[in-house]
Amino acid sequence: MASEAIRLDGVEKSFGAVRALAGVDLTVAAGECLGLVGHNGAGKSTLMHVLSGNLTPSAGTLAIAGKPYDRQWTAAAAQAEGVRCVFQELSLCPNLTVAENVRIVHRPLKGLGWKGRARALIRQKLDEIFPNHGISPDDEIADLAIGQRQMAEIARAFTVTDGKLRLVILDEPTSSLDAVSAQQLLAYVKRETARGAAVILISHLLGEILSTADRIVVMKDGKTVADRKASGFTRNSLVAAMGSEAREHKRGAARMAGAEVMVSAQPRSGGTAALEARKGEIVGLTGLAGHGQTRMLLQIYEHRQASMKGALAFIAGDRQSDGVFNLWSIGRNITTRSLAALRKGGLIDLAAEARLAGEWKQRMAIRTPDVNNNILTLSGGNQQKALFARALASDAAIILMDDPMRGVDIGTKQEVYAMIRAEAEKGRTFVWYTTEIEELTHCDRAYVFRDGAIAASLGVDELTEEKMLQASFAEHTA
Amino acid sequence: MNRRFLRQALPFLTLAVVLAATFYVQPRTMSYFGLNLMLQYAVPIALATIAQMFVITVNDLDLSIGPFVGLVSCIGATLLFDNPALGVLALLAMIAAYGAVGALIHIRNLPSIVVTLGLSFVWLGIAVLILPSPGGKSPEWLKAIMNVHVPYAPFPIIAAIVIGVVVHLALMLSSYGVIARGAGGNPKALSRAGWSMLKTKVIMYMLAGFFGVLAGLALLGLTTSGDAHVADRYTLYSIAGVILGGGEFIGGRVSPLGAVVGALTLALAGSFLIFLKISPDWQIGAQGAILIIVLALRALVSYGEQKR
Amino acid sequence: MRAKLLRQPWVYSFGAALAVWLATIAYTHGQGAGAILTAALSFATFTIIVGLGQMMVITTGPGNVDLSIPATITLSGAVAMKVMDEDTGRMAIGIVAALGAATLVGIFNYGLIRILRIPPIIATLSSSFLVLSAAISYGRGIRIKPPEPLAQFAEAQVLGIPIMAIAVLALSVAMAVVLSRTVYGRSVLAVGQNSRAAWLAGLNVGRTRFLTYVLSAFLAGVCGILLSGFSRGAALNMGEEFLLASIATVVIGGTSVAGGRANVPGIWGAALFMYLLVTMLNTFGASAGIRLILTGLMIIGVIVAAGGEEQR
Repeated sequence: MASEAIRLDGVEKSFGAVRALAGVDLTVAAGECLGLVGHNGAGKSTLMHVLSGNLTPSAGTLAIAGKPYDRQWTAAAAQAEGVRCVFQELSLCPNLTVAENVRIVHRPLKGLGWKGRARALIRQKLDEIFPNHGISPDDEIADLAIGQRQMAEIARAFTVTDGKLRLVILDEPTSSLDAVSAQQLLAYVKRETARGAAVILISHLLGEILSTADRIVVMKDGKTVADRKASGFTRNSLVAAMGSEAREHKRGAARMAGAEVMVSAQPRSGGTAALEARKGEIVGLTGLAGHGQTRMLLQIYEHRQASMKGALAFIAGDRQSDGVFNLWSIGRNITTRSLAALRKGGLIDLAAEARLAGEWKQRMAIRTPDVNNNILTLSGGNQQKALFARALASDAAIILMDDPMRGVDIGTKQEVYAMIRAEAEKGRTFVWYTTEIEELTHCDRAYVFRDGAIAASLGVDELTEEKMLQASFAEHTA
Repeated sequence: MNRRFLRQALPFLTLAVVLAATFYVQPRTMSYFGLNLMLQYAVPIALATIAQMFVITVNDLDLSIGPFVGLVSCIGATLLFDNPALGVLALLAMIAAYGAVGALIHIRNLPSIVVTLGLSFVWLGIAVLILPSPGGKSPEWLKAIMNVHVPYAPFPIIAAIVIGVVVHLALMLSSYGVIARGAGGNPKALSRAGWSMLKTKVIMYMLAGFFGVLAGLALLGLTTSGDAHVADRYTLYSIAGVILGGGEFIGGRVSPLGAVVGALTLALAGSFLIFLKISPDWQIGAQGAILIIVLALRALVSYGEQKR
Repeated sequence: MRAKLLRQPWVYSFGAALAVWLATIAYTHGQGAGAILTAALSFATFTIIVGLGQMMVITTGPGNVDLSIPATITLSGAVAMKVMDEDTGRMAIGIVAALGAATLVGIFNYGLIRILRIPPIIATLSSSFLVLSAAISYGRGIRIKPPEPLAQFAEAQVLGIPIMAIAVLALSVAMAVVLSRTVYGRSVLAVGQNSRAAWLAGLNVGRTRFLTYVLSAFLAGVCGILLSGFSRGAALNMGEEFLLASIATVVIGGTSVAGGRANVPGIWGAALFMYLLVTMLNTFGASAGIRLILTGLMIIGVIVAAGGEEQR
């Protein structure tokens, strides 16, 4: 086996009563791509924050290249030792240019001509990883599309000034990338590891992990529970190791043809094809990420060039910026969308509010002892369930979903899929933007978006990856 | 791209319009002497605006800069005049105090508005203790600097350009300036990259204190005597100057050149209104109106940019 | 229980008010303890009225603050006095006119913020210049006395407690109910935490902000009328001290400057504290400079003790 890049022994970390890491041993060899999987709340994020020096563990030791690191392991120390991390929520400064953001992680970039060197560094790396990226080093981050921001941050993590690149941690790096860029990145990871750097890849897309990683570590409840060569896993055995069984979904037959049309809308961003969703239907929006799907949902939400019968509710995918109210309890977060209906004599009926929150905590199986706890006491997946509860508890007949399963663990997903299906059968209409092709199997129909327009409409029998990709890339489609 | 350029050019256009209007109303101002007279107070205002800008860069707001400038003028007219060494020491101590306040705000995660609101009372109180009524004398060298005659262009314009360019180099082009602005844009990203937010904030507050001291001394050189209340308005001027200059309250988006131009515009607007012979009742209202018009124009430009 | 009480931010402001009061009466050996409290309640009510409005504005999120409160107070006072013209029969129309003028200021403020997208600090600041000029121009030089019933109402007491304080207590309770039990109140809190999330959760963000700025201006109008009744006439600088006072009471009272968390009881504690502090320093015979320095240090001290925002 190749030499050690970094090693953790017996690392523990607690937040109050919650034990996020319960004694983790982890070794990453130089030149290795290590896949890391586990449910939300399994401890992956905490572990990455420890590795990158942003969290000090309660116990345990860390060794660099086989030698114990005896000083304080801080973010600055991690930088100096060539450990980089691309976090799930991006770490770029939106008010700075791409080149200026490179300067932030590279202390040697100073003195006369630093900007020129920074530009050259990032341009070369972007070209290497993502040919045709379309990003200029002088673009301000705020002006870039979300996918381009992710590219810039990933490329930045792989740039080198002084010292060597020891380990790059990629936490859900493809979450905002389209399929092509994602493939480019995964191919680059293989090239980079061949040159001797180590990469830890965290992804909920098990296909990515299985195809890219040399070795896979599975985490559960703050511990590593499996550690094998990637070839020793299959998709099913991986899911089994994480502790939830993969259930096959049975889709009902398409039966909506005669039902009432609840939503009809024509994308303002292009094309002549219009979208329609009928009562009780689950309509998927797909295509490459960032091709107008979210804009379509917002357009419907704002009633712009769209007509609908019934009230709307919106389920955000970006929980932090679009969904959760941080200061409020789980209960209040759930009832926000139903406040008007909870009024009695002009005032909100607190007892009815508590009943509603309690009922939906049950129905969505939100894992908390008390809905009066703050929303942030929940894991990410459970926060997302609360957002689902907010929409489903409301009087909305039409539910718009903006890629709501981003970074949600498989167990939670399965529960929510079943819930969506049940609600659709009761007559609710769902318009569901998803970046995960697998989720299309839960839809009755799907629209493929390209360049802001509807490029194709896929019926129930056509919801395959192949058809979707064809429509996403083809030049001319009906 | 054009829109962004237009938005950045807006502060300069505003200044040009106000200048042209002033020349039109009162052609005699279109002279070396006239400009010198109209713009002489632009120097301290510009320095105070730059001070405010450093604090705004790290997403805070300094409501104490006006009284601080007043306090500096009092120290300058007494301590610095009587005992230069002690005076310099006192001014350095005040810059250090600014840094300490920045540290306090960061460590305890306090709202800067409230802390600096309290601080404004403290500065004013000290100033009143030093000089209960206006008085004291400006050191000769200060008067000499502020009344220096430069050939071709009036001193205030040269001074404003120098201030703007120096700060632009430091904040917008230097490698450390990137860190300072980044701290306003995404503090978390900075600390993840191993930079100390505490250190950054202290440095920015000390720079604010430093430019506040310069503003106070420049003002003293013009007024030639100290007054605790001389700069009470500067708090508002400095905030308005940063905003007129294209800066934003949060997100580390500031422009030193714009801020200086904003300060010049504010100083000029005062003279312009006097020339217009507006009723004294409406003088202050007219200043509000100018501010609103400029910001409305900016909104118009930005709106077009978004729509595109 | 004790720990829970200590976590309430308003406990600090009441504690500080109590400490300052005790220090004062310790110095006077108990003399005038009641009178000081009565005076504090009288003067604090004005700050509380505008403080409630400012609290709602600040709670709608970072950057939201109403700097036009002093100018609005002045305008409302001037309009009320001039329309009433010392005639008791014209009191009602005077009140309506003054509150109408104040409401217009609120609408104008929101118009600047919404239509011209001017940051609230600058918008309310600029409009305050205009409003102040209007007040100066409209009510220039004339010193008109308030009609007798208005003056009497502003000064009346029951068992040493000003009637106005009781009325403002009722107003405060109403405001607390609005915050927790109405859609508007919940919307204010939600918008303050995350306006985009509030919009996507189906709340009307624009209407919430609009109502909030109008409410703040309206309350400033109420304050202006009562203040000119209390001080027997409007003055052009009557609103001045309320700029700092309204912000300071809100923040010292434990309302989050980052938005989304309001605290009504804290406003009472903070307003009493600020008045009692000045009383204490006057009693001690402190000079103007010392008084200013200590006032400033106390404000900083209270905010440091109450602690900052939790990291979000």
